[in-house]
Amino acid sequence: MYYGFGAYAVAMCQKYFGMTDIFLRFFIAVAAAGLLGFALGFILRRYREIFFAMLSLAFSMVLYGLLAKAEFLGSTDGMSISPSTILGYELGRFGLLYFICFFVICAIVFAQAYLRSSLGHLTTAISDNEIRVEYLGYSVEKAIHIKYVISACLAGGAGGLMAASLGQVDPDSMVLWSVSGELVFVTIMSGLGNILAPFMGAVLFEFIRTYAFELAPQAWQMIIGGTLLAIIFFSPGGLWSFFQKLNFLRKKNND
Amino acid sequence: MTEKFILKTTELQKSFSGIIAAEDINISVKEGEIIGIIGANGAGKTVFVNMITGYLKPSSGKIEFMGRDITGIKPREATHIGVCRSFQVSQVFMTMTVKENLMIAMSLAKKSGLELLLPLDDEKLSKECDKILDLYKIKNQSNLIVSTLSQGMRKLLDISMAVVGNPNVLLLDEPTSGVSVEEKFGIMDIVISALKKSGTTVLFVEHDMEIVERYVDRVIAFYQGQVICDAPPSKALKDKKVIKYVLGS
Ligand SMILES: Nc1ncnc2c1ncn2[C@@H]1O[C@H](COP(=O)(O)OP(=O)(O)O)[C@@H](O)[C@H]1O
Ligand SMILES: [Mg+2]
Repeated sequence: MYYGFGAYAVAMCQKYFGMTDIFLRFFIAVAAAGLLGFALGFILRRYREIFFAMLSLAFSMVLYGLLAKAEFLGSTDGMSISPSTILGYELGRFGLLYFICFFVICAIVFAQAYLRSSLGHLTTAISDNEIRVEYLGYSVEKAIHIKYVISACLAGGAGGLMAASLGQVDPDSMVLWSVSGELVFVTIMSGLGNILAPFMGAVLFEFIRTYAFELAPQAWQMIIGGTLLAIIFFSPGGLWSFFQKLNFLRKKNND
Repeated sequence: MTEKFILKTTELQKSFSGIIAAEDINISVKEGEIIGIIGANGAGKTVFVNMITGYLKPSSGKIEFMGRDITGIKPREATHIGVCRSFQVSQVFMTMTVKENLMIAMSLAKKSGLELLLPLDDEKLSKECDKILDLYKIKNQSNLIVSTLSQGMRKLLDISMAVVGNPNVLLLDEPTSGVSVEEKFGIMDIVISALKKSGTTVLFVEHDMEIVERYVDRVIAFYQGQVICDAPPSKALKDKKVIKYVLGS
């Protein structure tokens, strides 16, 4: 949802303010998604696990419905996004690639810093024991809310960059629940061990999807579903834990 | 007012849909006192600790801390004003190491706002943590995951996490339950001597009367949600009601 919201924020700023600067696009996408996350966070932070997931899904379906109906945003056809600029100069494909890489590196550095911080460690602490966190004097809901806004910002930034690189936003490929499903797929596939894991996972996912589509245009979802099942069976911690195990075995052999 | 109390409860009462778990509790605690809370299972000891530390809201009555009404505050607010606790069943972060547990406790006690975005691994805090781990004799276990520790070690960690913020009043719910007999006195020696040094007021729930006799200045006995005796240990442990309802002989 935040991914699509970031993308649409970019589209709207182009339509109403003629904004095409890549920096502005990125920051608008981040800020818009962050604000939405901040607002919805007040409701979501009270829920956990499946309730949290279902409520998030419900919100994203509402957003999808609104965007699909909104004629000034192109309804289900969406809108096209003109090429990005920097200081008034148009960015070519490679120029855009460099900027995207730059933003991605910023995001990695930021996420890494957050995870190393006291607040970042609270994620594990909260999933271990909420009562203890409260008794240490910190509000569990507040910690969840902060993390939620940060996640929303990251997703929004990604959506903004995706809009800029595709040159197009539309509800079906950006806000529909199946898009959220893809992101969850990538997460499960890559595992939670490391920040770099989801990047590798995302690349691998695109790879599998492209080839699955070529191999079996009618049944490519089956191949993706099969991959997911295989991962859950053979490496429940995702690919990252698989690599860790390999590493562990190699070390053992060396000893 | 003739005397100043750090903690005072007035007509404290708690009922759960008709069942009365605490009734008419009037207790005044002086600063620096070490108090043993005794009573059979289900007597209402944990409910009392839970009400003071904000886990349960009293049905009626009043709790004062340093003259300020703190009835029905939230657990984290209790922590902020210096009313801290440990738990009957250790509440620690099971998937983390001992050191990480204490570092989190320490950083939440010492830092606030944006400071919390600084790395958890802070040299100054790390040294302070090591000191506490040393004091509580769990330094050798620093890098072990908590779920692999013995009950006794977890209790010590639980207590050490409660003291990092230098509380004014510390409530310990059965610090020695689930701990082997050999470990018991060791733990209490460590804990009480550390807390006496810092002048912390302590109320702890205890079933072992030897420990009660050895460490406390005063005994409060609970029976069916009521205080049946409030006296120094020498007197309390000879009280008829205490013998009948608590010691059970
Ligand atoms: N959350 C609760 N809901 C209903 N009854 C409770 C709750 N907590 C405690 N009680 C009841 O209150 C009484 C006192 O319990 P407790 O304070 O835990 O006893 P103990 O002295 O062993 O610590 C018991 O009868 C218990 O069943
Ligand atoms: Mg109890």
